[in-house]
Amino acid sequence: MFEQFLQALQDTSVATAIREGETLFPWIECVHVLALTLVIGSIAIVDLRLVGLASRDRGVAQTTASVLPVTWTAFVFAVTTGGLLFASNATTYAHNFYFQVKIALIALAGINMAVYHLLLNRGADAWHTPALTPMRARIVGGLSLCLWIAIVAFGRWIGFTINTPT
Amino acid sequence: MTLQSLDSFCTWLAATPVSQLLQTIGWIIPAVQTVHILAVAAVVTSALMIDLRLLGIRGREQPVAAIARRFLPFIWWPLPVLLATGALLIIAEPARALENPVFILKMGLLLAAAGITLACQIPLQRDEAFWELSVARKRAAQLIACASIPLWVAIICAGRWIAYVQGT
Repeated sequence: MFEQFLQALQDTSVATAIREGETLFPWIECVHVLALTLVIGSIAIVDLRLVGLASRDRGVAQTTASVLPVTWTAFVFAVTTGGLLFASNATTYAHNFYFQVKIALIALAGINMAVYHLLLNRGADAWHTPALTPMRARIVGGLSLCLWIAIVAFGRWIGFTINTPT
Repeated sequence: MTLQSLDSFCTWLAATPVSQLLQTIGWIIPAVQTVHILAVAAVVTSALMIDLRLLGIRGREQPVAAIARRFLPFIWWPLPVLLATGALLIIAEPARALENPVFILKMGLLLAAAGITLACQIPLQRDEAFWELSVARKRAAQLIACASIPLWVAIICAGRWIAYVQGT
């Protein structure tokens, strides 16, 4: 059932065009890399603030508010381009160990962020400098940084375990 | 350097023990590329945050100088990391980069982006309010941002295309 879905996805005209075209795949990769650098860079701004390593002169809430639109816009682009790259070789990517771990790590990063927003964010406005954020916030920030670094690494390893230019 | 001597330099470099080591240990290249991408993320996001402030799109509750102070270190400090990891990638596969027109283009774009960043930074060091003192200077700052954003986008695209364009 799942295999049939993957095959059908790979056989769509869009996926075929990306797979067989000369330049479509690399151009989509360019947008993917650009988007993911902005996702990770902007999330790192918040994480480093939570950990207490940067932007200590600003509240957590303002720091988050100023970068979140960048994060979400870039995330939409990263997911869209990632989906197109996946579709072009769905049957291969779906069985790639590094791809599977990458998706799982993105899910974990999402859960980590949801936990932060739902349970810990109350009182973030009050976390002004020079006071450090509470330990729970520092743990969430540190975990997020580690997860996103691992996501980049696993993403890069996909390219080396599937037959595409690296 | 003539093309022929560049060619022999690449061949020589690829035969050195360091290059051989990088080529034989499979995990080194993806690991170095991962660090490279993370450093790119720091630089490009920081540049964008400054540019969005110069354009007045984000962070207007803070002066330009405050945003610049926060993010400029994250443009300059990752640079040695980028140069070191980039150098390792060149040593591992010299011809892939050095004989590649897209790599040369990327280096040119990088110099331009560094120049644009300095053009924003240096006046701020003399006068914190420099870019906010007059309408003309606000316009100039917006022009800097308008040049900076496409430059960084082009640098990232060129970086990816190195893998797809053959050397001369």
